[in-house]
Amino acid sequence: MQADSPAQGHSPGVATGSDPHHGRSYLIGLGFALVLTAASFWASSTPLVYARALPVLIAVLAVAQMGVHVAFFLHVSSAPDQANNFLALAFGVFITALVVFGSLFIMANLDHNMVSMDQLMQMQR
Amino acid sequence: MLGRLSWDAIPFDQPIPLVTSIVMVCGIFAILALITVKGWWPYLWNEWITSVDHKRIGVMYMVLALVMLIRGFADAIMMRSQLALAAGHAAGFLPPEHYDQIFSAHGTIMIFFMAMPFVIGLMNFAVPLQLGVRDVAFPVLNSVSFWLTASGVLLVNLSLFIGEFARTGWLAYPPLSELSYSPGVGVDYYLWSLQISGVGTLLSGINLTTTILKMRAPGMGYRRMPVFCWTALASNLLIVAAFPVLTATFGMLLLDRYCDFHFFTNDLGGNPMMYVNLIWIWGHPEVYILILPAFGVFSEVIATFSGKALFGYRSMVMATMVICVLAFMVWLHHFFTMGAGADVNAFFGVMTMIIAIPTGVKVFNWLFTLYGGRVRFAVPVYWTIGFMVTFVIGGMTGVLMAIPPADFVLHNSLFLIAHFHNVIIGGVVFGVMAGYTYWFPKAFGFKLNEPIGKAIFWCWFLGFYLAFMPLYALGLMGATRRMQHYPDVHWQPLMLVALGGAVLIFCGIVLTGLQLVVSIRARARNRDLTGDPWNGRTLEWSTPSPPPAWNFTHLPQVDRADAFWAAKQGTGPAVRSKPERPLGPLHVPRNTATGVFVAFFAVILGFALIWRIEWLATVGLIGAVAVALRQAWQKDREMVITADEVSEFERLNVRETA
Amino acid sequence: MSATIVSLDLDPEVPLSQQGPAPARVVAGFGFWLFLLSDIILFAALFATYAVLSSATAGGPTGTELFDKRHVFMETLCLLASSVTCGFGSLAVARTDARAMYLAMIATFVLGAAFLWMEVTEFAGMVSMGAGPSHSAFLSAFFALVGTHGLHVTLGLAWLVVMLLQVATLGFQPMVARRFFCFGLFWHALDIVWIGVFSIVYLGAH
Repeated sequence: MQADSPAQGHSPGVATGSDPHHGRSYLIGLGFALVLTAASFWASSTPLVYARALPVLIAVLAVAQMGVHVAFFLHVSSAPDQANNFLALAFGVFITALVVFGSLFIMANLDHNMVSMDQLMQMQR
Repeated sequence: MLGRLSWDAIPFDQPIPLVTSIVMVCGIFAILALITVKGWWPYLWNEWITSVDHKRIGVMYMVLALVMLIRGFADAIMMRSQLALAAGHAAGFLPPEHYDQIFSAHGTIMIFFMAMPFVIGLMNFAVPLQLGVRDVAFPVLNSVSFWLTASGVLLVNLSLFIGEFARTGWLAYPPLSELSYSPGVGVDYYLWSLQISGVGTLLSGINLTTTILKMRAPGMGYRRMPVFCWTALASNLLIVAAFPVLTATFGMLLLDRYCDFHFFTNDLGGNPMMYVNLIWIWGHPEVYILILPAFGVFSEVIATFSGKALFGYRSMVMATMVICVLAFMVWLHHFFTMGAGADVNAFFGVMTMIIAIPTGVKVFNWLFTLYGGRVRFAVPVYWTIGFMVTFVIGGMTGVLMAIPPADFVLHNSLFLIAHFHNVIIGGVVFGVMAGYTYWFPKAFGFKLNEPIGKAIFWCWFLGFYLAFMPLYALGLMGATRRMQHYPDVHWQPLMLVALGGAVLIFCGIVLTGLQLVVSIRARARNRDLTGDPWNGRTLEWSTPSPPPAWNFTHLPQVDRADAFWAAKQGTGPAVRSKPERPLGPLHVPRNTATGVFVAFFAVILGFALIWRIEWLATVGLIGAVAVALRQAWQKDREMVITADEVSEFERLNVRETA
Repeated sequence: MSATIVSLDLDPEVPLSQQGPAPARVVAGFGFWLFLLSDIILFAALFATYAVLSSATAGGPTGTELFDKRHVFMETLCLLASSVTCGFGSLAVARTDARAMYLAMIATFVLGAAFLWMEVTEFAGMVSMGAGPSHSAFLSAFFALVGTHGLHVTLGLAWLVVMLLQVATLGFQPMVARRFFCFGLFWHALDIVWIGVFSIVYLGAH
C-alpha cells in the first residue's frame, strides 16, 4: 500500500510494519535453506546423479538458496515499494554474471589460442 | 625498525627528482608558513577541513584536481621535451628508468587524481542543489571520501622524494609489476595510494547514488530530474559496480608481491592475462565514469545558454542509462591483440561500435537544442562547442580502432595515445572546465573574468590539436607509446609541433591561475547578486550565491522538469515549499574531524606497508579504527541554525526572484 | 538528516518517487545495500579468478584431494543458523527488546565464531601439509576467495561486538537501531556469498 510505505520506498531487510508473524519468515526460510543445502551436499557425493549434469544441478540449487535468503531474510521483492532495492540487486547480479562468465569466456579463449605459461617459460631456458 | 626505509630512498644522485622535490617541499612549507603567520588555521580548520558540507567538499575536490593538473602536466611537458630531443642518436635528457616513472606517474595522476576528483567535485557541488535538498545522504562519509582521496595524492607525491614510482605504466601489468621484476617500492606506492583513494571513491559512489535515488525535492520524480543528475546517477552506479573489481585486482597483485601468492606470476600456474582482463573490466567503465558527468554539464550549459529546454529529455536519459549498461560489455577492446580468437574479438568489436550509438544520440540532441535557440556565447558555450567538434573526432578514431584488424596495427602506437587524449581532453577536460566556469559564481558569489576565460579555451583548444594531431600521423608511421627515444629523425618535426602544442596548453593552465587572481581582485564589481547570473533553468539558481550551509531556507517543491524556469516565466508556480512556514530553527550536520584523521592514519598505514614497517602499519590501522569508533559514539551530530540567523541571512542575501 | 525534513502533507496517491526525501532509516538501509552489492562484485572478481585458476595446480594438490565435505557441511550449518538467529535479533531490535536481542545476537556470535574456528583449522591443516597459498595459483585463488569471506566474517563479528557495546551504552537510539539493521543485512549477505563459495569451491572441486 502506498500509504504505509515511506517516501522512496522501503529499504531491504525491513519487516513491513510490525507484523507479529514476521519471525515465521525466518523459520520458513531456514526450512527451505536446509532442504536445498542438504540436497546440494547429497547430490555431490552420491553416484545417483549424472556426473555431467552435476555442476548445473549444484548451480541451480545455489541460486535457489540465494533466492531463499533474499526473499525470506532480506525481504526484497518486486513490490513497488521495493523497486529501487530490486533494481539495484538485478544490476549487481548482471554485473556479477558479466564479470564471472565474461572472464571465463575470454580466458578460455586465450588458453585455447596461446601457448601456456609453463611452455613459454620452458622456451626461455 | 624502519623496514626497507633508509637514506638511500632519497634521490641524492638524480638531479631532476631531487631539485623538484626540494622545490615542492619548500613550496609546501612556504604555504604552511603563510597560513600560520596570517592566522588562517582556525578558519581553514572550521570552515573547510572539518566541513561536511557538500559544497565545501566539492570545492576542495576541485582544488585538489587543479593542483594535480599541474603535477601531471609537468610530467607531460617532460615527456614532450624528451621526445622532441631524442631523435636518431640523441639520448635526450631523461634516462629510460626515469622516463618510465614519468609516463606511469602522468597517467596515474591525470586519471585518478585530476580527472576523478574534478568530476566528483562537480557532482558533489551541484547534485544536492539541483535535487532541492540540503546535503548528500551521508555527509560525514563524504568528508571521509574526500580526505582518503587526498591521502592517495599525498602518497603518490611522497614517491617523488622518498623512494621511486612504478615504472610499469599507469595500469601496472604483471609480470613486470610482480616482485621479481619490480623489486623496488615503486609499484607498492602505486598500489597502496590507489587502494586507499579507491575506498574513498567507492564510498562517494554509494553516497551520490543514494542521494539521487532516495533524496529529491517533493514532486521531483525521476522524469523531472535535471539531466546532470541522471548522468551523475549513471556515473555513480558505474563507480559502485566497477571499483570493487579494481580493489580485488590490486588486492591480488598485493598478495602476490607481499605474501608470495601466484595469481599473476610467471610460475606455479599464475596467469598474467587474468590481471589484464580484470583491470580492464574496471578500466573501461572508468572512462565512462569520467565522461558521463561531462556530458551532463554540456546538457545543462547548452539548455541554459540557448534559452531552451534540452531537446529530447527522454532520449537523453535513455541514452545515458544504455551507456551505463553497455560500458560493462566492451572491455576486451583494450587488449584485442593479446591472444583472443576472432570470435571473442568480433563480439567485443561489435559491442564497441554499438556503444557509439547512444553517444551519437546525445550529440544530435545537443545540436537540436542549439538549433532555433538564442545562443549566448559565454565561456561555457565555447568549451561546449569545442567539445562537440573535438570529441566527435576522438570518438571516430575510437570506432576505427574498434575494428580488431585495424587495432592490430594501431594498438599501443601513438595513434592510440592521440585517440584517448582526444576524448579525455576534448570530453572530460573541456567538460570540467565548462562546469567550473558555469558553477563558479554559484560557489563563490562572483563570475570569473570572461576575456581570460576565452583565452584559456583557445589555448587548450589550439594547443590540443597541435599536440595530438601529429601523434595520429606518427602512430600510423609506426611510432609506439612509452617510447623514450626513436631512431627515425623524420619523426622529429612532428614531435616538435607536439611540444609546441603542449606549451600552448601550458599557457592555458597559467592563464587559469591568472584568471583566478584577476577575478578575485575584481570580485566586488562582478558580484552575483541575484543567485542566477546565467538565467538558468534548474533549482541551484534559485538559491543565493553562495548558498547558505542549509542550501534552501524553504525547501523547494516542484511539479515539472525545469520548474524554476517555469516559475520565472510565469508559466508555473513558485518553487518554494507551501505553505510558507515561519522561518524555524534548522538542523544541519555538525562539522567533524573524522575525515581528516582517518585519512591521516591511512597515510601512515600506506607508507608503513610500502616500506614494510610492521609496527607503524599497526599504529596506522589501530588509529584509523579508533577514529571510526569515536565517530560511532558521537551523539551530538547536528548543529542548530536559529531562526534569527536564518532570517538575518535572508535579509542580507536574498533578492526576490521566484 | 531526517530532522531537517519537515513532513509535508502529500496526497497518498502521489507516486513514491515524488514524495520527497526518504526517512533516515531508508536512506541508511539503501546506502548499505549498495555497499553490499559492491562487496558482492568484489567477490565476483575473486570467484572469476578462482574459476579461471582452479586447474592451475602446478603439479601440487587439487581440490578433491584437499577438501573435506563433511567439515564444510558443518560450517554451512553454523553460518545458516547464525543468519536465522540474526534475523530474530533484528526483530528484537525493532521491538526494543534488549534481553531477546542480546540472546539472539550472542547466539549469532557464537555460531559465527564456530564457523570461523572451523575455517581456520582447515587453513592451518592445509598449510602444514604443504598446501599453502604460495604453492600454486589454484591454492592462491582458494585462500584469497575463502579467506576474504572469512575476513568479512571476522570483521562482522567485531562489528557485532561494537553494536552490543553501543546498545549497552547508548540504548536503542535511532542511530544505533539503523546500524544494527545494516549489520543484519551484512550478515545475511555473507551467508549468500558462502552459498556461492561452498557450491563452487567445495562441491565443484575437480
